[in-house]
Amino acid sequence: MDTMDFELTEEQRMYQRALRDFCEAELKPYAAEVDESGELRWEAINKMPQLGLTGLQVPEEYGGADLDTISLAIAMEELGRACGSTALSLAAHNGLCCGPIVRWGTDAQKERYLPQLTSGKVLGSLALTEPGAGSDLANSVQTSAVKEGDSWIIDGAKAWITNPKYAPVIITLVRTDKQAGTKGFSMLLVEPEHVEGLEIHHPEKKMGLKGSPTQMLSYDEVRVPLDALLGEEGQGFYQTMQTLDGGRISIGALSVGLAQAAFEAGVQYAKQRRTFGKPIADHQAIQWMIADAATEIDAARLMVYRAAWLRDHEKPFSKQAAMAKLMASEVAERVARNAIQIHGGYGYSREFPVERIYRDTRLMTIGEGTSEILRLVIARRTLEAFD
Amino acid sequence: MHVVVFTRSTPDTAAKVEVDANGQVTWGDAATVVNPWDEYSLEEAILQAQNNGGKSTVIAIGTEMHNDALKHSLAMGLDAAIRVWDDALEGTDSLAWATVAAAAVNKLGDVDLVIFGKESVDVGTDQHNYQTARKLGWPMLSYVAQILEVDYDAKTIKVERMLEQGRQIVTSKLPAVISVMKDINEPRYPSFIGIRKASKAEIPVWSLADLGVDLPATHTSTPTFKNLPKVDIQVEIMQGDIDEQVATLVDRLLEEKVL
Repeated sequence: MDTMDFELTEEQRMYQRALRDFCEAELKPYAAEVDESGELRWEAINKMPQLGLTGLQVPEEYGGADLDTISLAIAMEELGRACGSTALSLAAHNGLCCGPIVRWGTDAQKERYLPQLTSGKVLGSLALTEPGAGSDLANSVQTSAVKEGDSWIIDGAKAWITNPKYAPVIITLVRTDKQAGTKGFSMLLVEPEHVEGLEIHHPEKKMGLKGSPTQMLSYDEVRVPLDALLGEEGQGFYQTMQTLDGGRISIGALSVGLAQAAFEAGVQYAKQRRTFGKPIADHQAIQWMIADAATEIDAARLMVYRAAWLRDHEKPFSKQAAMAKLMASEVAERVARNAIQIHGGYGYSREFPVERIYRDTRLMTIGEGTSEILRLVIARRTLEAFD
Repeated sequence: MHVVVFTRSTPDTAAKVEVDANGQVTWGDAATVVNPWDEYSLEEAILQAQNNGGKSTVIAIGTEMHNDALKHSLAMGLDAAIRVWDDALEGTDSLAWATVAAAAVNKLGDVDLVIFGKESVDVGTDQHNYQTARKLGWPMLSYVAQILEVDYDAKTIKVERMLEQGRQIVTSKLPAVISVMKDINEPRYPSFIGIRKASKAEIPVWSLADLGVDLPATHTSTPTFKNLPKVDIQVEIMQGDIDEQVATLVDRLLEEKVL
C-alpha cells in the first residue's frame, strides 16, 4: 500500500546529524567573522568533500555524493542554520554550476570540470544577471557570443554573480541568435584562468551574506573554443529556467536554515532574559511570536521537502518549488525580524547573531527569483489549471 | 591485525540530567551521541587498521539505543559492528560488563589491540576498561596520548601515557588493552559514503549464549540517585573606578569569608 511518510530515511537522518555536527564545529563559530571579513572559511570548505557538500548531486565517479533532493535540502538547511554566506556560496556552486554541467555537460566537459569542482578547493559560478537584466532575462540580456572560426567571441557584462573569484569555470548565459527570442540563448563554459578579456570586478558591498562574493564581470572579446558550449545551441534560456527551478529548492532550504537559526537564538534569549520578575518567554506577547515562528518554519520546511520529493520522483515541481521558496524566504525574514524584536536593543547589536541573520535573510526574497516573479509563476500555473 | 573498540550511546553532553519524582535519572528527550571520549578511540582504530592493513571492529554492550553509536562508528569508517545484549544484563555492574566484553573479544579470536575512550561520559567512570583487560589477562595501558611504535608481527607496542606527574613512555606486549586521551588524534567526520553504508548495515546481536559466558554476581548496587543541591547565584556588578571596584570586591570576599 502506498502511504504518506513524513519520516526521513535512516540515511537522511544520519546525514543530517553528521552535517549538524560539522556545521556546529566548522561554520557556526566563525559566521560572524566571515560576515565581518568578507572571506569564506576555506579551512571548512576544504573538509566538505567528505560530507558531499561540494558535489551534492554530482555522480560519485566525479567526486560527488549523488544525493537525493531531500538530502540536498537537509544540507542547505544545515549550512544556512550555521552560516548564511557559506550556504549561499555552496547553493550557487552546487545548484547553479555543478547542476547544469551534470545535466547537460558532455563526458569530456564533466571530466574536465566536475572532479575539480567537487575537490573543496574551488567554488563554481553561473552568470545570468546583467546590470540591466534580472527578472526579465528573455528581453533584456545583452551579453552575446558570435562564432568566429573555431571560437565563440563573448561581449557584454554580468552583474550580481556569486563566486566568480573562486571559480575555475563560470557558466555564462549569452545570446547567440538575436532574432530567435527565447530560442536564441546558449550557455558557454568560461575559464577565467585561461581566457583574455574577462574582468572580474571587486566584490559588491552588500547588506548581508558578506562572506559570499558577489561580483560584476566584463567580457571584452572573450574567446572560448566552440566546445565550450554547454548543452545545445539555442537552449540556454530553457536550461536557465530549469536550473532556477532546482535552485529555488536550495534557496528555500537555505531560508529555512536561516529562520531556524534566528528562531533558536530568539527562544534561548527569551528563556534567559527577565522582565517584570519572570523570563520574557513567560509573557504572552513573546509566546505568540515564538508560536508563529515555530508554525511557519514547520510549514516552510514541509513545502521545501515536498518540492524536493516531487523532483526526486520526476514529477512536475516548478510551481511547488516557487511556492516553497516564496514561503520560506518570507518566513525567514519575518522570523529573523521577530528574533531581533525578542532581543530588544541587544538584537540590534552585532554582538548577537540575529542582527546578521536578519541581514542575510533579506537576499532570499530577491536572488534566484524575486518574490514578485515567484508570485507571477505561481499565479500563471494556478490560472492555467482553471482554463 | 585486528583492532576492537568498545563504544556506547550517551546523552548529548548539553542534555539536562535530572533525577525524576520516581528516583530515576532522566535526560528528557535529549538526543544521544556516541560517547565523546570514544570518538578518539574509534578514530585510532580506523587509523591502526588502515595503516597496518588490518580490520577494525566496534562493539557496544547494551540495548537497541546503542545502535546509533554503532552506526556512527560505521559511518566514520569502522569495518564491522556488533551489539551484545541479553535481558540478563539489565541492572548488572561493570564487572559483568567486562566479563561480557572479554568474552566478545575472545569470540572474535584474532584481536591484537582493544582500544577504549578514556571513560564513559554519562556515568563518569572507567573501571570497565581495567576490568576488561583483567578478564582478558592482557596488559592495560591507560591514558595513552600517543602510540609511538606498534609492530603487529613482533607483537609489541610502545606508547606515551599522559599522567598527572608527567608523560610516561611504556613498552608492552600485544595483545593489549589501551585507553586513549584527546591528544591522540583528530576524529574525522563521518563521510557520506560511510553514512550510506552504515544506514543499510544490519548489526548482528550476540547473546550471552552466543558468547558462552556466565555472568558473575553483581557486587555493586545504587541505592538512590539524588539531584545536586541547588546553588543560588547572586550577581553583583562592582561600581566605580578600578581601585574602588577592587576595594569593594575584597570587602565582599572578606564578608563572605572567602578570604
